[in-house]
Amino acid sequence: MGWFTKSDESRHALPEDIWQVCPACKVHVLKDEWARNLKVCPKCNHHDRLDCRERINLLIDAGTFREFGQEIVPSDPLNFQDAKGPYAEKAKATVSKLGMSESVVTGSGNIGQVRLVIAVMDFRFLGGSLASGTGEKIRLAIEHAIRFRRAFVMVSASGGARMHEGVVSLMQMAKTCAALSKLQKAGLPYISILTDPTTGGVSASFAMIGDVNIAEPGTLIGFAGRRVIEQTIKQKLPKDFQTAEYLEAHGFVDHIVNRSEMKAFLSNLLSYRQSK
Amino acid sequence: MAFEFESDLENIRETIAVLEQKSMKGDAAASARIAELRRKLATETARVYSSLTPWDRVQVARHPGRPTIDRYAHGMCDDFVEIHGDRVYGDDPAMLCGFARIAKTKFMLIGHRKGDNTEENIKYNFGMANPEGYRKAMRAMHLAEKWGLPVVTMIDTAGAFPGMEAEARGQAEAIGRNLMEMAALETPILSIVTGEGGSGGALGIAVGDRILMLENAIFSVISPEGCASILWRDGTKAPEAAAALKLTSHDLLGLKIIDGIIPEPIGGAHSDPDGMVVAVRQAILSHLQAICSVSKSRMLDARYKKYASIGRFVQERI
Repeated sequence: MGWFTKSDESRHALPEDIWQVCPACKVHVLKDEWARNLKVCPKCNHHDRLDCRERINLLIDAGTFREFGQEIVPSDPLNFQDAKGPYAEKAKATVSKLGMSESVVTGSGNIGQVRLVIAVMDFRFLGGSLASGTGEKIRLAIEHAIRFRRAFVMVSASGGARMHEGVVSLMQMAKTCAALSKLQKAGLPYISILTDPTTGGVSASFAMIGDVNIAEPGTLIGFAGRRVIEQTIKQKLPKDFQTAEYLEAHGFVDHIVNRSEMKAFLSNLLSYRQSK
Repeated sequence: MAFEFESDLENIRETIAVLEQKSMKGDAAASARIAELRRKLATETARVYSSLTPWDRVQVARHPGRPTIDRYAHGMCDDFVEIHGDRVYGDDPAMLCGFARIAKTKFMLIGHRKGDNTEENIKYNFGMANPEGYRKAMRAMHLAEKWGLPVVTMIDTAGAFPGMEAEARGQAEAIGRNLMEMAALETPILSIVTGEGGSGGALGIAVGDRILMLENAIFSVISPEGCASILWRDGTKAPEAAAALKLTSHDLLGLKIIDGIIPEPIGGAHSDPDGMVVAVRQAILSHLQAICSVSKSRMLDARYKKYASIGRFVQERI
């Protein structure tokens, strides 16, 4: 092999290895810089999606997170089968591929002096969909917060209820909100952090009813899908429709916070809770 | 309106109609044949309706002749006083709320309103509520709580309205808040899915101590058409999706999502609306009596446990 052939190969390989292309503005950013910047584009401030581990590392003090509920994995209440085959197989493959038991990770952890209970959804797990296991894990996390009198922080990232579990999934909206009503009665703080995307049955249950709703910039937040709405009302929707900024302007999001400032913001917010 | 699965029944009906004309002209043989065909129609109707597929039931649940909440409110109640408005934005005609009385039983009646003719369908937005509808419903529920009345909700909607204004006014927030507040409402709630139980828009008023379904009603996380277009990438696979989603009353009773089924007249609620109204009236009276007889704290406890226990998952040993 001549020296020029090798050089040609490495020139092709190079951009793949070290460049990250921003999905929003298409600018090339060095992968190291992309990671250092918490997957936020330094040029356009596009907030790329984080997985649950990255999110927990971002928000919770290192070494303080204790996960619970990981024994809960999907079942298949309807024996559901679609064009691509059985749901049971799909769920099993997702669990083993991602190494997480359901579309949410729950546990307790510290932010500075405050120990809190946190639930973080992961969009990689079947679109972060809300199903039996997801609902149960969130309910148990809320129960845990009530038992130890801690604040509950929910980080949503979901397309909505998981169709493969039918009404059983739909009912998880009622289940999680029933648990939140107990948290409410116990007088404990509930902070909802909405990340891209938070739509459908997740927006229409726990995600929108925080004591304080916080969103990352540009997050897609909405009940119905853009295409469904456009087909229904037969008109084009504004470009900023269903963004975090739109929701803030309409009074449904309290604050839009950049990822790099999220932990400090949360920490400061929780400091307003009077110790009883 | 006739369904595909009713084509045999339609043929018999047509023959009867022709014979009736002959009979009026004094044809005695025709009269005898009519009586025979009527008996056949009854047995065939019973046969057809006892073997409906899930997709057939979707059609029955959406039948325009099916009794609507207006028909129930005026047909079964001895008194009904409608209340309007969410006290924030406006009045949503797609959600009917009011004080209702059947004999001595008083309750707050709340439900989706589809309308009984095209003009009403349009006026009521085909029963697809906006956020102010869900907020009006919640206001009515809190009013019932304050006045010591039980709540009866009747669910019949394709879904919450997917509109620009609905999003701007917080459709998701309105439904989510209802779910949380209904769970803690200190008065009994009876929920009845009378027609279409379409997703979050249905659930937004369906967090009852008991959930009943009419025999041919459906309750689903997504419409079969929507599910087919996403998971099958083909909207025409709706019949397959309807079966997979387990959205019929019998399926959902088996899954312990609902607590009971109200049988429909043979041939479906649309074939005998008055008979259906009577059956629903009876069901409301007997179920309200049962759920109103427990103490407040036990009721709330049982309601929480009911929803906390819904869901099937595997618990692995780790």
